[in-house]
Amino acid sequence: MPLVDIRDVRKSYGAVEVLKGVSLDIAQGDVAAIIGRSGSGKSTLLRCINGLETYQSGSICVDGVEVAGEKTNLRELRRNVGMVFQQFNLFPHLTAAQNVTLAPKVVNKTGETQAMDLAKEMLAKVGLSDKAGNYPSQLSGGQQQRVAIARALAMRPKVLLCDEITSALDPELVNEVLRVVERLAKEGITLILVTHEMRFARDVGTKLVFMHAGKAHEEGPPKALFDAPRTPELRQFIGAPA
Amino acid sequence: MSDFTFWVIFSNLLLALRWTIALSLVAFVCGGAVGLLMLFARVSKIGWLEALTRGYIEFFQGTPLLMQLFLLFFGLALFGLEVSPWLAATLALTLWTSAFISEIWRGCVESISRGQWEASSSLAMTYIEQMRYVILPQALRIAVAPTVGFSVQVVKGTALASVIGFVELTKAGTMLNNATFRPFLVYSLVALMYFALCFPLSFFAKKLEGRLNAAR
Repeated sequence: MPLVDIRDVRKSYGAVEVLKGVSLDIAQGDVAAIIGRSGSGKSTLLRCINGLETYQSGSICVDGVEVAGEKTNLRELRRNVGMVFQQFNLFPHLTAAQNVTLAPKVVNKTGETQAMDLAKEMLAKVGLSDKAGNYPSQLSGGQQQRVAIARALAMRPKVLLCDEITSALDPELVNEVLRVVERLAKEGITLILVTHEMRFARDVGTKLVFMHAGKAHEEGPPKALFDAPRTPELRQFIGAPA
Repeated sequence: MSDFTFWVIFSNLLLALRWTIALSLVAFVCGGAVGLLMLFARVSKIGWLEALTRGYIEFFQGTPLLMQLFLLFFGLALFGLEVSPWLAATLALTLWTSAFISEIWRGCVESISRGQWEASSSLAMTYIEQMRYVILPQALRIAVAPTVGFSVQVVKGTALASVIGFVELTKAGTMLNNATFRPFLVYSLVALMYFALCFPLSFFAKKLEGRLNAAR
């Protein structure tokens, strides 16, 4: 059974239909890169997976639990689904370490000493062991995004959603974040990334999804798709010769 | 007439000033507590609760404090409830303060970006946990300066309690004037005492505003 199972999901904002029946499954250990033009619905789809957005029909199951199910405990579901945002959204009143440990402490009732170990472990994972005591405003954009990744990982989610996590960064800071994500991919964490980093999608992804006009227009192994796109829309999007 | 020396007037006003301070403090503390409840109700996303608090706030912001005082003082008496001037003044000022202060605080809460809500939601935190650990600590920093600033309005608002016979600074001034016929002296002193209370507050508010903004 796929870890994330998306079946014919439809969503509209008023009269505008953003998702027009998206189906997709993501297996344990997959690194799924979702690409597509802005407005193609890729971020909306991602936000539906952890219940930040609702959808009108279809179903999304994470680890067998329907996101929009009436009996679904969204809190339980979200413990399994981490998310990293384009704008980092770190808590500015807390240090890097406190950002990482807040949810484990509050939601999982992790004790103080365990939480401190957790912060050390997670910050080491993103290469920021020396910044534990710094506030977000004292960190660069790339460092902030790495703290945000550490914060999401601290809940030990089964799948991590990344919503254009390098789009708000200066070009020279993009790589440090991508390297962290690549390391996570090698560790076998299931990742779903909405991204504009085509090289990264090709080299690190295990699955490529091209969203177009509210649908998963084309999907498959990244290298194969980049080398031989089947549809004219994807061909045009990646600028491949016809 | 010559019995009323400057010092007699001054010391009597000082004694009455204690009541202005007491009324201000009680109104501010109780109004803050009620205002906090109003704030939670106002941002609860529960339809009827929001509508109810909005009505409450509109009423107390949209009618003069003086009318509210009259309504409580004379209105409750109609129902056979004996209300002392102190109780009526405290109640009216508390309700009035809560309406304004909850709106100030609501503005502070709503100034916290949506990303903070989304990030904490994604970390599986409940509404109360989000408020407690993420939203309010940030909103509080923003709220300090306007809240202290508003306390000046509360202090000045207490002067209205004089019309229902509560002897605070303004009422004492009126009484002393009636006895001495020296309105300029008496009311100058009254004004100075209000100023001595309010100026440090607004000065402090400005200071805080500068400091907390710099730290952000």
